Amino acid sequence: MNEKIRALQAAPNPNVPELNPGDTVSVHVKIKEGDKERIQEFRGTVIRIRKGGAQANFTVRRVASHGIGVERTFPSRSPSLDKVVVQKGARVRRAQLYFLRGLRGKRARLHGKSEGG
Amino acid sequence: MKGLIGKKLGMAQVFDDAGRLIPVTIIEAGPCFVAQVRTVAKEGYSAVQLGFGEIKSKRMTSGELGHLQKASLAPLKYLREFRVDAGEAPKAGDRVGVDIFKAGEKVDVVGTSKGKGFQGGVKRHGFHGGPKTHGQSDRQRAPGSIGSTTTPGRVYKGKRMAGHMGTSRVTSSGLQVALVDSERNLLGVAGSVPGPKGGIVVIREARKQ
Repeated sequence: MNEKIRALQAAPNPNVPELNPGDTVSVHVKIKEGDKERIQEFRGTVIRIRKGGAQANFTVRRVASHGIGVERTFPSRSPSLDKVVVQKGARVRRAQLYFLRGLRGKRARLHGKSEGG
Repeated sequence: MKGLIGKKLGMAQVFDDAGRLIPVTIIEAGPCFVAQVRTVAKEGYSAVQLGFGEIKSKRMTSGELGHLQKASLAPLKYLREFRVDAGEAPKAGDRVGVDIFKAGEKVDVVGTSKGKGFQGGVKRHGFHGGPKTHGQSDRQRAPGSIGSTTTPGRVYKGKRMAGHMGTSRVTSSGLQVALVDSERNLLGVAGSVPGPKGGIVVIREARKQ
């Protein structure tokens, strides 16, 4: 990529720590409503991390009420990310945890190391 | 007058004020210099000729050098004309930078599209081609009938057929300026812009506001 373009791209968001697949995270997103700003929390499991500098993103999956799975993808350098807290880690053997989509209840749990918090 | 000559550098993604990631084309625009002022009195209309791009003077003809010398300018690679409103009075030698545009404004970007070579009717004009089934052979990308029979007994001029595609002047209109970096002379325009990376483009105020 052209060096002059690279200089214009967004810098890493200091509020986003290093994430790993399987981490249970709480993502605090700034939401603008008219001229007011509030923070919305989205808590779930990181099932995918995409690298790529300014275009990097990660996907968080959570199971909402009635067992409906909800996935949200956040650009890692987005200025609207207020805070990302890693609550728990897990031992996983693959980079993309898409298999969680087909599992429900107790089977959809991840086990292993507990780090961060 | 609101216009600049620039070089397309490529595309990137930037966050806007609302936190949305938007695609932008980065253009190295300016600094441009007014090489000549055209007036109603002399040429019958008012315009300016802007110049852009460094070049070694040995690459220029003495005629080109003399033309720029009149505005006491260094050698410039590209010259383009821009119409100006009657009220304005630019002077030869004036510098025009990206700061004439502000983020949020609408602009038109004119460039030369990428060359596609000799292309068939399907790609060049959006023909649908022939049927893929029902016993058809060699008809998938055929143009179909190109006219009637004895009357008129010929194919009309301008009939859309296969031929050379691309390398033509294309205007992308109504693009929003996403970022202006006057330090590095860079302009970010939301969306795509005609031409390859390194292609010369002209940026001007949007005709349809």
